[in-house]
Amino acid sequence: MNFEVKMLKTDVLIIGGGTAGCFAAVTIAEKAPNVSVLIAEKANIKRSGCLAAGVNALNAYITEGETPETYLQYVKEDYENIVREDLVYTMALRLNEVTKKIEDMGLVILKDSNGKYLARGKRNIKINGENIKPILAKAVESKKNIRVLNHVNIIDYIVKGSKVIGAHGFSINSNVFYIIIAKAVICATGGAAGLYRPNNPGFSRHKMWYPPFNVGSGYAMGIRAGCEMTSYEVRFIALRCKDTLAPTGTIAQEVKAEFINSKGEYYEKRYGRPTTYNRVFSTVEEMKAGRGPCYLKTVGISKEDEQRLIKAYLHMAPSQTLKWIDSGRGPSVENVEIEGSEPYIVGGHSASGYWVDTKRQTTLKGLFAAGDVVGGCPHKYVTGCFAEAEIAANSALKYIKDKEFETIDISSIEQKLNEVQRFFTNTSPLYTTEELEEAMQKVMDVYAGGISTGYAYNLKGLQVAKERIDELFTLAQRLRAEDTYQLMKIYELIDRLYVCKVLLHHLEARKETRWRAFQEFVDYPYKDDENFLKYVNSRFENGQVKIIFRSLVKKDEVYEHKD
Amino acid sequence: MSIRIDRQRCIGCGKCAEICPGNLIVIDEDKKAFIRDPRDCWGCAACVKECTFQAIQYFLGADIGGKGTIMYVKKENNLLYWFFKKPNGEKEVIVQNPNDNTTY
Ligand SMILES: Cc1cc2nc3c(=O)[nH]c(=O)nc-3n(C[C@H](O)[C@H](O)[C@H](O)COP(=O)(O)OP(=O)(O)OC[C@H]3O[C@@H](n4cnc5c(N)ncnc54)[C@H](O)[C@@H]3O)c2cc1C
Ligand code: SF4
Ligand code: SF4
Repeated sequence: MNFEVKMLKTDVLIIGGGTAGCFAAVTIAEKAPNVSVLIAEKANIKRSGCLAAGVNALNAYITEGETPETYLQYVKEDYENIVREDLVYTMALRLNEVTKKIEDMGLVILKDSNGKYLARGKRNIKINGENIKPILAKAVESKKNIRVLNHVNIIDYIVKGSKVIGAHGFSINSNVFYIIIAKAVICATGGAAGLYRPNNPGFSRHKMWYPPFNVGSGYAMGIRAGCEMTSYEVRFIALRCKDTLAPTGTIAQEVKAEFINSKGEYYEKRYGRPTTYNRVFSTVEEMKAGRGPCYLKTVGISKEDEQRLIKAYLHMAPSQTLKWIDSGRGPSVENVEIEGSEPYIVGGHSASGYWVDTKRQTTLKGLFAAGDVVGGCPHKYVTGCFAEAEIAANSALKYIKDKEFETIDISSIEQKLNEVQRFFTNTSPLYTTEELEEAMQKVMDVYAGGISTGYAYNLKGLQVAKERIDELFTLAQRLRAEDTYQLMKIYELIDRLYVCKVLLHHLEARKETRWRAFQEFVDYPYKDDENFLKYVNSRFENGQVKIIFRSLVKKDEVYEHKD
Repeated sequence: MSIRIDRQRCIGCGKCAEICPGNLIVIDEDKKAFIRDPRDCWGCAACVKECTFQAIQYFLGADIGGKGTIMYVKKENNLLYWFFKKPNGEKEVIVQNPNDNTTY
């Protein structure tokens, strides 16, 4: 492969044109029409990322009677106090305003006869969201100062001293290698799926809840560049409809379905507070005790409710609608079986990701982050990602004021290009990318608390996993690509390996069990408030993961990076 | 979970290849779309909705309980018609109006 090298310059580079990336771009374009923005997206912004199929609720909204303070309280309780209160609170303050903005862009929000948004619970409102991503993409396309590069996979930042001054990447459907120079960069690449053996490892291996195409590249780029990361040990395991991994919230909230085991018993209350992690944990425990399968009890709902549910899933997870129609047994006659997903790393649901200051700047200057890639701020969902994108966009705008473009060192570019080219010249490797990916997923599953061990892990297993992951790094260097799609697959594997490596160190460092199932350390089975009411952070230095413990940041603090 | 592309119906417009969030679809020398590996499909249905020729059929893998029903979509006057065709030939259709703000 002979790459054609293209050098581009932009005031602000946004990596990942998903929920947060698109919203950040529009925010900048509206505030500063003279600032140039470039979105580099690995697919096409019209349907990329989490929102590809659509959603049918905005899960983070301050409904009547609630306040940003009560939202923060909920997040704190649900995540056992290990959250960045400053981040959650500053996000919560903006939730309703960004909702108005997306409505103005064209999203249909359901209303009652008085014109009020229809709430679906304490913090959710109902939408007609099949087309939410095309709506966002249209808003992006309407702005003259935003340029979009679709089908470009970004692989690393360009770093000068402790400053990020751009990024490299390559086109997936041509032979162009991009060097993008920017005054500021916003990372919005989402979370990571496919680290662990998935629920359906055979033909339907990619039928997962989180997008299999979000592989944690943003985390990996940050790790390699030496950014501080937080809370990887707070994995997210989704309780979902069996087989399709479709979200269950619509069923649970719309028809008030409760969890039952195979004996028909309502088991949730036996396990303490109904936190997000406890719902997964209790279901796993019921299965282990031989009382599975577990279900959402829907039998007996009206035919109208059934029709509403069948239709609702078309907005978000069409596979579930197909499942009901294909089997000929809808939710009114058959309970919906549930299962826990493979563990994901996703900052929008739990807490893993970049360690940022209150302004959403990472520990490297000029690098901001928003959305699922940012840690410390669980329960963000779509609107929280928008809110964070707005904050990151405003901070980036401030940062670039009076800044000039940096010059780049050509030899570092050549080095990068050689590193990439090598995958085309490697000869007769013994393994394929796919085989190494499966090997990684198996290691994580067996030794680092995957589905097969009921999410539990121990010290010995983590050590084995660390060794195996290091071996896979070596094997990955010998892989061969025939085209740029295969090259992307190699980088996806390498990025996932970096995320796994950091994750394993985090799992080892938190010597307690705080969030059952999500973080189930068999050697330390109890919560230890005395020693672990703190964040586990890390930095990758000279090939080693260095763990840093940090004290909790409170609601009204303005956190700045110091050390 | 995956899709199957009907080569008879496909005209090779490339819209599905452009839209897939995983870059999974390519157009071959005969100007027909194909999926690189059916096991890599996420099941988001973006390509199904994008194809104006109903050439893309969406189905559940047997490993997740699929029984052979296929789904495809037709877009008309801003309405989405979701068609379901069962192995016995039975058909079902669900109409969705994205601008409806009263029901979902
Ligand atoms: C199936 C599902 C259903 C959900 N349902 C709801 C719901 O009903 N309500 C709700 O409020 N929230 C819901 N959520 C959560 C919400 O959708 C996400 O938290 C949010 O969309 C994440 O936004 P993001 O911008 O961080 O990531 P994404 O929107 O996924 O964007 C990341 C983008 O980065 C791109 N990218 C990744 N790597 C690279 C790279 N190396 N180079 C270039 N580009 C790259 C990806 O292609 C993608 O476009 C759901 C999530 C999922 C997965
Ligand atoms: S969108 Fe339909 S017609 Fe166009 S290439 Fe794809 S399958 Fe063929
Ligand atoms: S359903 Fe989605 S993931 Fe599957 S091929 Fe179509 S666009 Fe790609």
